[in-house]
Amino acid sequence: MAAAAPDEHKPARRWHIAVFLAPAVLVYTAIMIIPLFSTLVQSLFGPEGGQRVFVGLRNFQTLFGDPRWAASFWNALWNNTWFFIIHMLVQNPVGVLLAAILSNPSLRLRGFYRTAIFVPTILSFVIVGFVWKLILSPLWGVAPNMLDAIGLKHLFAPWLGQEGAALTTLALVSVWQFVGIPMMLIYAALLSIPDEVIEAAEIDGVTGAKQFFKIQLPLILPTIGIISILTFVGNFNAFDLIYVSQGAQAGPNGATDILGTLLYRTFFGFQLQQGDPNMGAAIATMMFLIILVGVSIYLFGIQSRMRRYQF
Amino acid sequence: MTAARSSLARSVAAHAILIAYTLIALFPVFVIVVNAFKARRDIFNTPLALPTPESFSLVGFETVTSQGNFLLYFQNSLIVTVVALACVLLFGAMAAFALSEYRFRGNTLMGLYLALGIMIPIRLGTVAILQIMVASGLVNTLTALILVYTAQGLPLAIFILSEFMRSVSDDLKNAGRVDGLSEYRIFFTLVLPLVRPALATVAVFTMIPIWNDLWFPLILAPAESTKTVTLGAQMFIGQFVTNWNAVLAALTLAIVPVLVLYLIFSRQLIRGITSGAVK
Repeated sequence: MAAAAPDEHKPARRWHIAVFLAPAVLVYTAIMIIPLFSTLVQSLFGPEGGQRVFVGLRNFQTLFGDPRWAASFWNALWNNTWFFIIHMLVQNPVGVLLAAILSNPSLRLRGFYRTAIFVPTILSFVIVGFVWKLILSPLWGVAPNMLDAIGLKHLFAPWLGQEGAALTTLALVSVWQFVGIPMMLIYAALLSIPDEVIEAAEIDGVTGAKQFFKIQLPLILPTIGIISILTFVGNFNAFDLIYVSQGAQAGPNGATDILGTLLYRTFFGFQLQQGDPNMGAAIATMMFLIILVGVSIYLFGIQSRMRRYQF
Repeated sequence: MTAARSSLARSVAAHAILIAYTLIALFPVFVIVVNAFKARRDIFNTPLALPTPESFSLVGFETVTSQGNFLLYFQNSLIVTVVALACVLLFGAMAAFALSEYRFRGNTLMGLYLALGIMIPIRLGTVAILQIMVASGLVNTLTALILVYTAQGLPLAIFILSEFMRSVSDDLKNAGRVDGLSEYRIFFTLVLPLVRPALATVAVFTMIPIWNDLWFPLILAPAESTKTVTLGAQMFIGQFVTNWNAVLAALTLAIVPVLVLYLIFSRQLIRGITSGAVK
């Protein structure tokens, strides 16, 4: 084991390093790393004559070659990308705006606002999914009544049931839930900018919105980078919200199907389709590669080029 | 004079935006909890009104308590969360101590290996995790969930804790060594108490995703006796879709404990995010 290796020359004295590392390394390796690699390997196997045999890239050929598989995979990938785009376009700007307002030290009730706006983030997807399903339900009428109150009733539609609107609606629900995280991280980054920098800007006559865009925003770009990659990994791994509000079929007509729900259906089967662990592993492998590419672009392409300011 | 007026205007605008967003954040929760205490007719007729003596009704909660096993689900969630959390904190702190305190061959490599899991979600290994759990007979046990959540929580815990442990003074530890304390005593009696704030931060970050997870309970432990609150609520609501009182009551039961815990620990959580996580 790697943890014990360093002890070779002075075994008696440094056993404690191995003891300290062992529990974490064992659990992590056995439950996370080995299954991850085993899943990747299983994507290369398939059933043949009642046994699982090595089939090379056949599962991937099926995934991309078979029109039905390819259609659902590309549909899920595109939906997932759209889900991510909505997060980037709505969640980050709203988070930055709220954080910028909150970071004003003379603002009263800061603690109250912070606590309240973070509430949705601690709720589970199950709660969030059902709560919004009820509120947007045309049966109950909370959403139409509220739109009526501001004279916009004609805008209401059963969004979760419409192919064109369901995915965007769910993405916005997810943004509603998670906006607290970018808000908090950016808020923390804004607080860590030293007063001298702000004072210097003020002496130079740079104030208000101009100050924010010219001074603060460039300084918090690394934080926005971290938030973006966290959002990316979270979105391409999402499942719960769609499953809770639209079911494993990700209706209407697959309009809200993302990679997580596709993986679940493929692995466990649904209705008449049998579950297929090897095709499931192939989809998990594709998700792994997508996340790996995203993380690599961030680490090598973005983060290494971003200048970090140390104060 | 104009400066004062413009700063007043700006402060009004700031409060207006924050109040508007606070309403957006809290309104859905408010609507659910308020309507859980109303009779069916009033849920539909006056969804935005507070419960009055005439509209007050607990029929939803009666359905939930008689039809669902929510007490058992709570117990399961509590066991899974507390045990997994304890394992993450103990194992994570031990590993973080080894990585930050000792120089040994492979230290950096080990740190990177353990950090992999921060970016790669454990869900992608589900196919093989289920096979392992089936092979070892752990399907439909809370142990399966505890193991998975321990593995899931460790990478971030080790990462954050080792940052903090580097800041513990060397003099203190060396003084302990001079006094003949073993490395284990130094860790448990000197270092651990000093990183307590960091442990609290890690605890909150680890706890929320465990308590809220639906994926692994659904796949590894869907039996009635091992359902967690999240899965239990999901299935209960799925069965009682048309019973609005029961659905609203179940949602309220799922929201309120988390909300109360959050209000107690929110300061800790927010301080944790604003100090530790940004590094």
